[in-house]
Amino acid sequence: MEDLAYKVMVGLEIHVQLCTRTKMFCGCALGFGEDANSRVCPVCLGMPGVLPVMNKEAVEYAVLAALALNCEIAEFTKWDRKSYYYPDLPKNYQISQYDLPLGANGFIEIASGSGQTKRIRITRAHLEEDAGKNLHTAGDFSQVDLNRTGTPLLEIVTEPDMSSAAEVRALAVELQRMVRYLGVSEADMQKGHMRFEPNINLVVTKDGAEYKTPIVEVKNLNSFRALERSVDFEIGRQLGEFAETGETMQMGNKSTRGWDDAKEVTVLQREKEEAHDYRYFPEPDLVPVELKGRWLKDVRAGLCELPLKKQMRFVSEYGLSEYDAGVLTAERSTAEFFDEAVKAGGDAKRVCNVLTQVGLKLANEKDCSIVELGIESEGVAQLCGMVEAGDISASASAQVFEQMAETGKKPDVLARELNLIQKSDAGELEAIVNKVLAENAQAVEDVAGGGKKSKKARGFLLGQVMQKTEGQANPKVVSEILDSKLG
Amino acid sequence: MDELSARQLREKIVAGEVRSAEAVAKVFERIEKFDPEVGAYISTYRDEAFETAEDVDRRVSAGEAVGVLAGVPVAIKDNMCTTFGATTCASKILENFHSPYNATVVEKLLAADAVIVGKANMDEFAMGSSTENSALKRTVNPWDANRVPGGSSGGPAAAVAGRLCSAALGSDTGGSIRQPAGFCGVVGLKPTYGRVSRFGLVAYGSSLDQIGPITRTVDDCALMLGVIAGHDPSDSTSVDEQTAHVPDYLEKLDQPVGNLKIANVPKFNEGADEQVRAALDEALDVYRQLGAEVLDIEMPHLDYAIAAYYVIATAEASSNLARYDGVHYGHRTERPRDYVEVYSKSRAEAFGKEVKRRIMLGTYALSSGYYDAYYLKALKVRNLIRNDFADAFGECNCIVMPVSPTTAFRLGDKIDDPLQMYLSDVYTIAANLAGIPGISIPCGFDDKGLPIGLQILAPAFGEAELLRIARMFEANTDWHKKAPPLESVDN
Ligand SMILES: [Zn+2]
Repeated sequence: MEDLAYKVMVGLEIHVQLCTRTKMFCGCALGFGEDANSRVCPVCLGMPGVLPVMNKEAVEYAVLAALALNCEIAEFTKWDRKSYYYPDLPKNYQISQYDLPLGANGFIEIASGSGQTKRIRITRAHLEEDAGKNLHTAGDFSQVDLNRTGTPLLEIVTEPDMSSAAEVRALAVELQRMVRYLGVSEADMQKGHMRFEPNINLVVTKDGAEYKTPIVEVKNLNSFRALERSVDFEIGRQLGEFAETGETMQMGNKSTRGWDDAKEVTVLQREKEEAHDYRYFPEPDLVPVELKGRWLKDVRAGLCELPLKKQMRFVSEYGLSEYDAGVLTAERSTAEFFDEAVKAGGDAKRVCNVLTQVGLKLANEKDCSIVELGIESEGVAQLCGMVEAGDISASASAQVFEQMAETGKKPDVLARELNLIQKSDAGELEAIVNKVLAENAQAVEDVAGGGKKSKKARGFLLGQVMQKTEGQANPKVVSEILDSKLG
Repeated sequence: MDELSARQLREKIVAGEVRSAEAVAKVFERIEKFDPEVGAYISTYRDEAFETAEDVDRRVSAGEAVGVLAGVPVAIKDNMCTTFGATTCASKILENFHSPYNATVVEKLLAADAVIVGKANMDEFAMGSSTENSALKRTVNPWDANRVPGGSSGGPAAAVAGRLCSAALGSDTGGSIRQPAGFCGVVGLKPTYGRVSRFGLVAYGSSLDQIGPITRTVDDCALMLGVIAGHDPSDSTSVDEQTAHVPDYLEKLDQPVGNLKIANVPKFNEGADEQVRAALDEALDVYRQLGAEVLDIEMPHLDYAIAAYYVIATAEASSNLARYDGVHYGHRTERPRDYVEVYSKSRAEAFGKEVKRRIMLGTYALSSGYYDAYYLKALKVRNLIRNDFADAFGECNCIVMPVSPTTAFRLGDKIDDPLQMYLSDVYTIAANLAGIPGISIPCGFDDKGLPIGLQILAPAFGEAELLRIARMFEANTDWHKKAPPLESVDN
């Protein structure tokens, strides 16, 4: 096979489950893992005579997300019925938004390495209700669980602006972080809160001409890994197929594939995109929605500094590494806690070290977030100040931090209680140094002799001082005194 | 006692002069005697009815408060969900469907202490104008057992006319309350779209459906509307109190409307039967004698109402009826090969001919490539008709029309000619498209002794005045006092 030059084009369709208290059009609570058909009512069961009532909270959440995605918000929007027959869809139509999505023409920035970002255009964002689940457990029948039916979903569609599997993954991760920051979704992948459907094709250059390969849509991907791997697989597969058949993109030759997680391959589901006629028409049971004025202003007020922006600010403003900034901004509460601790006077790098090396470890052990450890950001700033001033050692600060979480006491109080305050008083320490030097003439001589022996002897003398102070001497200060005495 | 209106009966019950249980017993006596022939009811609820009636009687004698329909026997069309009995929509597909909840109007009737005696017959899923499309029951016109009661609320209208209840609730998507009321010589009101909650009304055409009363008098109509009207948080299309206040419809009912201007649409009425037109003219004379001014107007787009209606209603129906698929409830085919057959066979087996016809029409109208030509165009016509009414109401208080082009036709006459059947709704459909209220009141009889109805249309949320206008006519005529000769049929 000859080597072909190619570009990758991927667009994503993402369904994000919103974390509202109740379903999109009825009063049932959202659930996960309950007994089948236990979170249902006549409305979400699609019983005869029932009518939907719009969940305003879901609209707020969706508009907030659309604003964060830089979308234009439709002043006037409405609901439409999308018709298709499937057992997990009790009404055999889904209430969705067709020609007037609540958000359109937006964009999201994703990290593209070395402090750069790339802008991916958002085609549209709209609200719809989720379907239930068909269960094929045993026998020559299937069962339907409608607990999930009617759960609010935000559907986000991007333009085919991503040009690698890594970018696709970056967008997915960024979006997860974003909706969590906004508090509109738990975005828990294990619970299916985010589902991805990439549309993938290639622009191949051959003999100076460009050829587009047929678009493949991979359905229902539930993890970042599957998303990234499936895109990578498709790139290779489409390249091979093009080399073999030369087939290019045409009307009607878009196909649908599924992802086989075990074999790590995509599997053909539908050869030709069937001309699916969803017979959309305006939902007569709901009134149109106006998104403007005071209401929109209030929703907009719920926006916050978005994670990528925060991450980049941590790098540029505080000099953190991209990696550390990424770790700190993974969760909004942690990032804000870090920001507060720095504003309370903590040195950014030291606060970062305390939080990433001690705080996150402890939070992990306790299965909570850093803010849930019960430590004030001022306390962390104070703790970092104490390390900075040499009052306690960096290693002792970990112990103090843990005790702060345990007892809620202030770091200076704890350092004293735990005898972790370092002796930095030069006068006091000098007396001890003098005593040690007097008691260890041989070692002093060895230091003066230079060479390998000198280094070892100096370490020995430092150890003796530390021993005499029961480890509470500030080693830096002792070292300086030793240097001045030994020349 | 037969001739007590619902309101009079309620007053006597509250005064302790009549016991509700007696009234209910009398109704069930008549049902037993006459309903085998009339066929108004799909199901009756004797035990529950007596239980409610006796509870009302007990509370009355104990001096406790009772509701505005205390002890009054009422019927409801079988497309309103009840937790008792089945809610069939006169369809095989829902023949054994038991609703887990009550429709809002049912809750309101019960809260008003009404006694629900039965669920009345209808065209399957309210699709039809003669009740002949019922898959479960045949209803005849109490005035002539060879004729249809009208439809789709033929059962409720026949029950009210036959004194098989004091009052009833029907539903009206294109004339389904007014036309059977006209055919059966009783009063039928389709309220403004959004005035009465649709929650629990099995949907046919969601943007057109509205529940309303069928009664023997305008008085009872006002009483019933007062019970069922108002905002319902479960129905987003029901209008809230702030937008349109629910007045006391009885308060000024007997006060004639001063400076009454009535519009007549002579050109549009030309298609009606001669006797129907004559009755309309006489009705206009009655109003003139009462001091009203009658003006002739034109409404250029009314001719397109039927075409627009059969696109919009069937489009919505094709979607509303998609849920009857044999998967979750209702009829399911035996031994399907796969899930597609669960759908196709269950639906093929259990839907009637007219329902299938309308589902296919609606599906076609919504299909890609046809949507603009049919559905979108129909919506535009709907707007033009709305504007026609808005213009007309700028000059008048109300518009009068026949209810239907003819009086009750013979059973079987139009059942094989759907287009002829559709045309019998020519005068009623426009009100549904425009969302405005319309009432049908008795205004005469033809030479065969069949009732003729007068239709009066008013601006949106103008029910209070509409009822007063209707009451003016009723107070000065005796048509509503005539009862069908059921006794003679039986004896
Ligand atoms: Zn529910």
